[in-house]
Amino acid sequence: MINSLLWTPLAFGLIGLFLPKRLTGWWAVLGTAATLGIAIALLAGFDSGAAGLQDTVDVNWIPGLGVDYSLGIDGLNVFLVLLTAVVWLGGTAFAAFREQERPHLFFLMMLLGETATLGAFVAQDLLLFVLFFDLMLVPFYFLFGAWGTDREGGPTASAATLKMIVYTLIGSLLMLVGAIATAIIAADGGQITFSIAELAKHPIGDGSQQWIFWFFAAAFLVKMPAFLLHGWMPDAYRAAPLPVLAVFSGVLAKVGAYGFLRVVLPLFPAATVQFQTVVLLIALASILYGSVMAFTQTNVRLIGGYSSVAQLGFITAGIFALRADGADGAVLQMVNHGLVVAPLFIIVAILAERSGSEDLREMGGMAMRAPVLAALFLIVTLATLAMPGSANFIGEFYILNGLLQAKIVFAFVAISGVAMSAYYALRLYQRTMHNRKAEGIESREIGLRDGLVLAPLVLCILGLALYPQLILKRTDRSVSETVAAVRGPSAEIPKSHGREIVAASLDCTDRVPCRVTWGSQPKSHPSRLVARQ
Amino acid sequence: MSFSAPVIDYAALSPVIALTVGVCVVLLSAVFKPVRQAAPFLSFLTLGAAAGLLIWNWDDPTNLVSGALRLDDLAISISLIAIAAAAFAVLLSIREPAAEQAGSGEYHALLLGSVLGMVLLAQAQNLVSFFVAIETLSIPLYILCATDMIRERSLESGLKYLIVGSLGSATLLYGMAFLYGGSGSTDFLGIPAGIGHAGLLGDPLVLVGIGLVAVGLAFKTSIAPFHQWTPDVYEGAPTPITSFMAVATKAAAFAVFIRFFDVALIGEAGDWQPALAVLAAASIVIGNVGALGQDSLKRLLGYSGVAQAGYILGGLVVASEAGVNAIVFYLAGYLFMNLAAFSVIVARERETPFGDDIRAVRGLGSERPLLAWPLTISMLALAGLPATVGFIGKLYLIEALVEGDYTWLAVFIAVGTMISLAYYLRVVAAMWMRPGGETAPGATPAIAGASPEADPIDPEAGRRPYLVAPALLASAGAVFFGIVPQPLVDFAQHAGSSLF
Repeated sequence: MINSLLWTPLAFGLIGLFLPKRLTGWWAVLGTAATLGIAIALLAGFDSGAAGLQDTVDVNWIPGLGVDYSLGIDGLNVFLVLLTAVVWLGGTAFAAFREQERPHLFFLMMLLGETATLGAFVAQDLLLFVLFFDLMLVPFYFLFGAWGTDREGGPTASAATLKMIVYTLIGSLLMLVGAIATAIIAADGGQITFSIAELAKHPIGDGSQQWIFWFFAAAFLVKMPAFLLHGWMPDAYRAAPLPVLAVFSGVLAKVGAYGFLRVVLPLFPAATVQFQTVVLLIALASILYGSVMAFTQTNVRLIGGYSSVAQLGFITAGIFALRADGADGAVLQMVNHGLVVAPLFIIVAILAERSGSEDLREMGGMAMRAPVLAALFLIVTLATLAMPGSANFIGEFYILNGLLQAKIVFAFVAISGVAMSAYYALRLYQRTMHNRKAEGIESREIGLRDGLVLAPLVLCILGLALYPQLILKRTDRSVSETVAAVRGPSAEIPKSHGREIVAASLDCTDRVPCRVTWGSQPKSHPSRLVARQ
Repeated sequence: MSFSAPVIDYAALSPVIALTVGVCVVLLSAVFKPVRQAAPFLSFLTLGAAAGLLIWNWDDPTNLVSGALRLDDLAISISLIAIAAAAFAVLLSIREPAAEQAGSGEYHALLLGSVLGMVLLAQAQNLVSFFVAIETLSIPLYILCATDMIRERSLESGLKYLIVGSLGSATLLYGMAFLYGGSGSTDFLGIPAGIGHAGLLGDPLVLVGIGLVAVGLAFKTSIAPFHQWTPDVYEGAPTPITSFMAVATKAAAFAVFIRFFDVALIGEAGDWQPALAVLAAASIVIGNVGALGQDSLKRLLGYSGVAQAGYILGGLVVASEAGVNAIVFYLAGYLFMNLAAFSVIVARERETPFGDDIRAVRGLGSERPLLAWPLTISMLALAGLPATVGFIGKLYLIEALVEGDYTWLAVFIAVGTMISLAYYLRVVAAMWMRPGGETAPGATPAIAGASPEADPIDPEAGRRPYLVAPALLASAGAVFFGIVPQPLVDFAQHAGSSLF
């Protein structure tokens, strides 16, 4: 099952090479749809009560080097896999509706990108994870460089992409060294294994953890990107073709955050505790810097880009609160943010088609004849700013809750980020959809095809808003175990106040997986309840 | 085994004999008119026979010629790499102007002679056989570099290689003299015993000897700062010869590098390890930085070869079995990665007026996908991206380095790889990301690195099966062993276990 999930996209991509040009796009959409089907089947078969990995595959891949081909699903990655499948279907469909140059190569790279990303999410062998993590770069190098736009007075698409690749690889090559060092130190002269679960059983010495931690952190923080390591982001975002940017920003940034949960916390617990404050500072700086930059940008892509920096800062802060709540919220927020930012970039593409520009100053009044587009965009905007009632609100609530338990001062600073997100999200919406209609702008309703791409994504946002427990109850167990491992088995995780409130309304306790009893609370919406308290 | 008379182990000597016979036959074939065009075919036959005989001797280590040679799995694996590289070079030399000018028989005989030197060098276990083999390898190459006689640069490259190579050989010989003086033995196994017996372990003069041998070998493997000849010679030599030198010379020289340092000088490891580590680090930095601004693809690959030699040397620095395994694995991978690139360069040199300038591959993605894919894979593999043999090779090397407590050198490899992306991806970008059309005949002629007036353009070269097939084969190997590396890992482990 998990094997077919991983290789279906690539198989479709390779077969697509032999189809006539006009069919490749549709074939690719079919491939991503099939992948989504498999992902849903995996979720349906997912047992939220079971401990450890499910649907595992474990084959000796390179016995000579101790590398296994080992895959598995647990609460940490099951929804990220689903997110990947959903967002990729949306991005690919949007691209297939438009004429692409060299469609064979374009869709092959799109699908290779999906396989690589899914691989990074499901890999349970440290080296396999690094391999897929690096492999993700290859298709996006081609997609950004060959189908991107050269900016006048700025770097060409291939130069901007090169910058991105070099930045990202600094981190991931150091991560390769770190991964090998971890396995060798852990083996201590014995049989080398890269299995994450095995390595987590006996963490390596504190001294080694300290430097290896930063090798991994560098890779993940660049990928997100976090403040100070985001130098590649503006150029790459401006160069990227928008359907590709939708999947890139929607999913790839999350691999970094996921890496912290999957690799860093379990393998380097001592270093994680030691450097908690440093990473939290970076996360807060990302929130503040990202938000402030998003205030002032006039390029709509960069508003999305810098808002992602801020959102990923939130997610990192949630993880490094080292509390079950914070990490739960982080996982939920990863999915939320992916579901929000992907349609955002697709809407940006639609807006750019109508105004011939990506500059906020040259847009406006787009809502006039396009009520459906405006409505969809409004939902996305409100979700971005974490309006109570949206799943993003629950996610941020959990994150802040975890942060409050851990480091109260950081929590207060982070809260300002929530407020700032309202400003940049609404600014983006108003300047494009409202105001006076600028010259040369066409206010036109979206066509059926674009509607077919956007509406399901927005429906996902709405669905999660109504029922965020879909994610929380499946992730909670794995997340709690991951976080508990860091803080040591003896460290008791205090029950959080806020958690009880949410739990009370949903009939679940801290440790027991939640069962939602819509019967007893039929009309109450979880988030609304929280808000009222 | 009989102890009464000198026993000649013909079975184990058979690969060397086959190559020697092949050299003579190919050379003579040029004299007889009916078989004048058969040199490439006869070369193939010779290489095939030698490879077959080597495989026949697999996993059966034997000392030959009173221990002057040793045919073990390290020697066999390296010889096979050299033979494969030579086979590719023979294919790429079909219709090569250099081969026609120099005379096909002589050209191929020299090529086989160089292979013979390499096979001997990989087996050398005695200072004398070591030196004789390295000269047998080098002298035909000096001539081959200059075979494109119409081009000034080819002659220049041959002369330059001759002078620098002789300097390297002289240094090597001088170092050997010191070691012989210290140990009283020319045998690799006798040297440590002799030095230990004389109580000269760590003696300054012995260390000078080791240093000089290391410098001599650094010349041959183009390790910085002894690499200056590499880009010039690579650029000037006929491209099939460049491809052969890049892969086979490096492999053979590393074989003896391994055998000499890991067998004869293993007792002094504490002294030479840090020195070689510094050389490796310097090579990684100098090679990668040097390649950054290069427009000539051959020069670019020359500098990249310097950097790759630095990575490979890392496997020697740790003086361990894992290190040797990693070296042999990397060299085998290097064969696929480099030959894919060189096959494409040969095709484009004949097809466009740009020679080996990077402009020759502009727009290749839409114009000649069957050439663009191999070059792309080759560049990504050399850069060490996953799903290619380059990634596994780096993984192997880094694993050996970390195990041998040289993590800082592993970090150097990581940083060097990062720099290298800038130039490898530049080639990829030229193929896929710029509009084509500039390559039409009659466009601006190339400047540096190519003299189109000498080499007639063959507009169909990009479709010739003898150029497309090696490119596809090598790149398929680079991807296949990136996904299924275990066979190559086994191959490399055999080599490593024959020494330790």
